[in-house]
Amino acid sequence: MRRVYLDHAATTPVHPEVVEVMRHYMLQDWGNPSSIHSFGREARAGVDEARAKVAALIGADPEEIVFTGGGTEADNMAIKGTAWELRNKGDHIITSAVEHHAVLHTVEWLEKQGFRATYLPVDEYGMVDPGDVERAITSSTILVSIMAANNEVGTVQPVAEIARICREKGVRFHTDAVQAVGQLPIDVHALGVDLLSLSAHKIYGPKGVGVLYVRRGVRLTPLLHGGAHERKRRAGTEGVPGIVGLGKAAELARLQFDQRVEHYRRVRDLLWERIRERVPEVRLNGHPTERLPNNLNLSVLYVEGESMLLNLDMKGIAASSGSACTSGSLEPSHVLLAMGIPHEVAHGSLRMTVGVSTTEEDTAYVGESLGEIVDRLRAMSPLWNARVR
Amino acid sequence: MEVYLDNAATTRVLPEVAEAMREAMLDKYGNPSSLHRLGLEAEKLTAAARGRLAAVLGCAPEEVIFTSGGTEANALAIRGAAWARHGEGRHLITTRTEHPSVLETCRMLQQEGWEVTYLEVDSTGTLDPAQLERALRPTTVLVSVHYVNNEVGAIQPITAIRGILGTGKRRPWLHVDAVQALGKLPVRVSDLGADLLSLSAHKIHGPKGVGALYARRGIRLRPLLAGGEQEFGLRAGTENVPGIVGFGLAAHLAEEARPLAAEHMRQLKVEMGARLLTEVPGCRINGPPPEQGAPHILNVRLPAIRGETMVHYLEERGVYVSTTSACASRRHPVSHVLVALGLGEEEAASSLRISLSRLTTREEIAFALTHIREGVAELGRIRMR
Repeated sequence: MRRVYLDHAATTPVHPEVVEVMRHYMLQDWGNPSSIHSFGREARAGVDEARAKVAALIGADPEEIVFTGGGTEADNMAIKGTAWELRNKGDHIITSAVEHHAVLHTVEWLEKQGFRATYLPVDEYGMVDPGDVERAITSSTILVSIMAANNEVGTVQPVAEIARICREKGVRFHTDAVQAVGQLPIDVHALGVDLLSLSAHKIYGPKGVGVLYVRRGVRLTPLLHGGAHERKRRAGTEGVPGIVGLGKAAELARLQFDQRVEHYRRVRDLLWERIRERVPEVRLNGHPTERLPNNLNLSVLYVEGESMLLNLDMKGIAASSGSACTSGSLEPSHVLLAMGIPHEVAHGSLRMTVGVSTTEEDTAYVGESLGEIVDRLRAMSPLWNARVR
Repeated sequence: MEVYLDNAATTRVLPEVAEAMREAMLDKYGNPSSLHRLGLEAEKLTAAARGRLAAVLGCAPEEVIFTSGGTEANALAIRGAAWARHGEGRHLITTRTEHPSVLETCRMLQQEGWEVTYLEVDSTGTLDPAQLERALRPTTVLVSVHYVNNEVGAIQPITAIRGILGTGKRRPWLHVDAVQALGKLPVRVSDLGADLLSLSAHKIHGPKGVGALYARRGIRLRPLLAGGEQEFGLRAGTENVPGIVGFGLAAHLAEEARPLAAEHMRQLKVEMGARLLTEVPGCRINGPPPEQGAPHILNVRLPAIRGETMVHYLEERGVYVSTTSACASRRHPVSHVLVALGLGEEEAASSLRISLSRLTTREEIAFALTHIREGVAELGRIRMR
């Protein structure tokens, strides 16, 4: 059976060159970077090289890169670390209603600890209005956290403008760029962010490793204590295989940026065309232009997203309904609801995210397969039958 | 010849472990939370690894929470317990010879208003349970004691400690940092009586960047990381599938090998200790006598030779040892563990940690011994001049 993986926003296959460098640091240079002997020094050199490569990808200095156990830890560290560090300055945090749960749940957790939070609304495309950020900032605001691009609908947020407002008001700004890195030109100085999270496994790197960019001079209270690792910002023996894997993935993401993005855009647009040709009553969720090049999020009216997913999977097509992190839940996506999309339309949503290996033939296969599935499911749907009658 | 005797710092990854991780990355790369086939395949891999850890610990798979390593496991255990129980009392007990990840987490809690008692150990590094008994208060909610000390190999009387904590509903929970015990001593949680127990993969020929916390059913921790329902809601974030797969296999292999491996390491360690004592004038053992203590860690002090000098001398000859724990070795020249054992700064600074793995051979030990002996003679001569 043909297998088509269209869930690159959930995770990506690991690039073979990434696997190779990880193997080297497990089988050859496997020392503990903190050891003072040559086994340690070789492992340390691998970590340093990876740090430089990640820094180059986002225009940072290597000292500003803190390796973490993943994007979720990076988000937690940015938000909790800021809240704890600046609790004497203020207690107010601003974020948006469409953030990843790693941000939303962290902010909610801080609310239980006595902090106050504002969850900014978004427009019908999932976009935050920078004017709302400006109006929400008060003298007690210590952090604004707005994602660079949404993981479900792919909407790209006006991060540079929000960062400029924050800078003018003297408020720290964090962006979760887990989905944006590798798809948008991310330069921390051009964006003007103080903190930025990224994850390896969304850019053909391994799971279990991420980065928090911490602009020089920005102080955080660490989450993990007990060693001088990562300049005392994150204790624990460095996950060397993961880190060198992320380094290689970051290097490839930088060198192949243009060709990858062009490819994503081309096959994503083709996919949307094939689906629209074959499936009536389908609508695009998210912004028509300001969206990630690999992201397609659509709602097929009168059909349950879960049923489509199951049927697609039986045809070898991997897609998702929302983010993988919430895919076990029957609740409709908080992102779609925040965009004002009615429950019944949100329930029929599908996210398809293309990758480097997605081909033109895949798009035709998926368009035709989805068409067959929707025809079959709609034939059983009383709502659809009532409508066409 | 290269002889690596710093296995308490980290170990070489076994080729079969690296291979299992490679397959997980290239073929079964799905996100375990995804509902499609690739996601289910990845979920099966993590479930199998969890089962392997559970078999080693003698617990249910749902009691195993994967983390990014031993440090995070310790932080989740201590902070998670403290946050969960702060309404019942705000007192913790630990020992002075814990790993920095335990000590520093406790210090952070002190800054947040918690009281912490740091128990003394005896000259072998062992805790007297009676001391713990005296330190207990009605407000004590957690006792955190490591099973095996990472610098001198002292084994703590965990079962006796657990006995003291009683059976009441409000008794303190017992957290055991077993990072150095896995693969060397039995770590069955029901025998130990641990409520929480930390493990790390890279000390047992698994990969760095993955560890686990055992949390007994009924123990409700507050998570350190928010943002997803992974790991039974106790640790958000996409699972590190390759790391978890590698850990599962490494733990399985380590436990399978343990009875013979522990005996093998013990023999080599005892032999080495005995020969150092007889062949190197002025050499002393730090911590428990080699026949006692963990089978893989030997800590010795050499007469008036700086440990660091000796580490570099040996390195040039292909022998890799350390002065203290790797986590501390770039910061503090003097080990807090050796000081807690009653050593003076000079004595602590002239100490070496030699740590074995089940892959260490008799020839390697002989090779290392020769060079240590020669090193003491040579460096001692230079010093005399």
